[in-house]
Amino acid sequence: MSLLMIADPRAPRAGFGKIVHNEARLAWRQPSGIIVSVGVSLLLLIIFGEIPAFQVTSASLGGLSAFEVYIPILVAFVIGVLALTYLPGPLVSYREQGILRRLSTTPVPPWWVLSAQLVVQACLMVITVGILIVVSGVFFGESAPKNTGGLVLAIALSIAAMFAIGLAIAAGARTAGAARGIMMATFYPLMFFSGLYIPMQLLPGALQDISHVTPLGAAVEAIQDSMLQGFPPVAPLLVLAVYAVVFGLVAKRFFRWE
Amino acid sequence: MGIPGSAAAGRLDAGPSRPREGASRGGQLRPNGTKNTNVRGVAAITISRQGGPGWPGRAARTPAVEIGHLRKTYGALAAVDDVSFSVAEGEIFGILGPNGAGKTTTVECAIGLRSPDSGTIRLLGLDPRADRDKVREIVGVQLQASSFPAKLRVGEVLDMYRSFYREPADVTELVEALGLAGKRRDYYRSLSGGQRQRLSVVLALIGGPKIAVLDEMTTGLDPQARRNTWELIEKVRDRGVTIVLVTHFMEEAERLCDRVALIDSGRVVALDTPAGLAARARGGERVRFLPSAPFDMGLLTRLPEVTAVEHDGRHVVVTGTGELVGAVILALHEAGVTTHDVQLDSSTLEDAFVRLTGRQLREEGERS
Repeated sequence: MSLLMIADPRAPRAGFGKIVHNEARLAWRQPSGIIVSVGVSLLLLIIFGEIPAFQVTSASLGGLSAFEVYIPILVAFVIGVLALTYLPGPLVSYREQGILRRLSTTPVPPWWVLSAQLVVQACLMVITVGILIVVSGVFFGESAPKNTGGLVLAIALSIAAMFAIGLAIAAGARTAGAARGIMMATFYPLMFFSGLYIPMQLLPGALQDISHVTPLGAAVEAIQDSMLQGFPPVAPLLVLAVYAVVFGLVAKRFFRWE
Repeated sequence: MGIPGSAAAGRLDAGPSRPREGASRGGQLRPNGTKNTNVRGVAAITISRQGGPGWPGRAARTPAVEIGHLRKTYGALAAVDDVSFSVAEGEIFGILGPNGAGKTTTVECAIGLRSPDSGTIRLLGLDPRADRDKVREIVGVQLQASSFPAKLRVGEVLDMYRSFYREPADVTELVEALGLAGKRRDYYRSLSGGQRQRLSVVLALIGGPKIAVLDEMTTGLDPQARRNTWELIEKVRDRGVTIVLVTHFMEEAERLCDRVALIDSGRVVALDTPAGLAARARGGERVRFLPSAPFDMGLLTRLPEVTAVEHDGRHVVVTGTGELVGAVILALHEAGVTTHDVQLDSSTLEDAFVRLTGRQLREEGERS
């Protein structure tokens, strides 16, 4: 299910560009995904940046300020919310409405639609994350990420892991309604373990241990390390890679086109 | 699949209303293939002139569609039990049958959307599953239930589907023929049911297919839109495109189809020209007339052509075979009786359908 498969010679490749273009139009015309990802994360960033108490470094937060703790959590939120609540929905409803079935009678393989969705969502994620990092640097005086290569890798693996989970949900859910239910039941616990509600540093050790092996917990860990310290440790990167591969295989195995 | 000998005559009866000679007209649909399609169109004329039964051209050329002993079951239910037919290039072939007869399953197997349990399928010699890529390029499909994203504009959908094919058709021409030219800026969700249906027909033809498979293409269209669609289909066929049409509109089958397969309970119960099927349904001829004077019924019942004589008020209704009208009029003339108000009862494809399947073709209220 990789983008490299587009080298497949069966249909004119311009077709893929047209699908991506139309998916981008749809994302723009039904902008709830954009509003939630860009709007909510940016709004939270600005609020946190304006709260004086959030700028004070604290020993209980490992010598960081709450604002610094929340930047990687908001990055994880953007990736999580798009991959879980705005990726499976359209795919499942395309299947329900016979859109994928109709496409499968053309020379275009239906997974082009799926890939186009991933491209559009990934662009949206990268743009939003870029905005968050730039705004926190320019307006709130955060220093530039310590290890850009590590940050790019951490974000790429986070996106891959969350896409795989989102696609597995799209594969398993029979209706758009069921997909929404599963997404919500997955999204809130994962956000909890990313530290969105209470930063993980303030929670008991057992919960922190669980957080390390959840995808968004690992994402926050890897992103935070590459922003503040240097190249992230192997453990969270490995956790993300395992999620990407395992759920990617599950999605591939169970995805139905009709 | 029984094919009666009367079909050739029936074929010619039905012929003149069709603009078959128009094969050289137009040529816009497939810009690069105009020359070829004309050649195919001419060949198609030759084949259809030779008449339905046996389709002599079949041995010499690859049929556009060839289906042999197709079978597809869902659990214990055989949706398609045993269906075989062959469609020549440039032919408009109709598949008729009541709801649940297996029409849609048959065409969905034919285009490779479903894999049959057994049987062979060839589209211009290609297997729709093994040669998927080639088949998708040359076959245009209109499915019964298909939809497009609500918030895409018609023009965006057309542009996207057009980009999927190497030699797409002239979209402007298709869109104008089906009255969607003014709708390109409209969102899909704002289209009426009939407009969506017409868009779906346009998309089936947008790739410049060699074979178009259309499942219930005019269901939900008003009579004018239906006639426009028929004209477009005839025009497309005249360029050499083979059309396979699933329908339950008798008028559509009679007007468009060169041959029709009647499918019931997953089997082909009859396969013939529309006129040939109608003739078979008759079970012979029927003449109704008003005699100038009373006469002895024995005059008619002793004729070899006559099987039954009945009174219907002052009219007489004679059923029989062969040169029935001539024989009856001659016999009465010799007895000094003249005949007035002579009506030859001509049955329709619909009669054939009811007779062959014992069912009404369409639901109540669906009549066009």
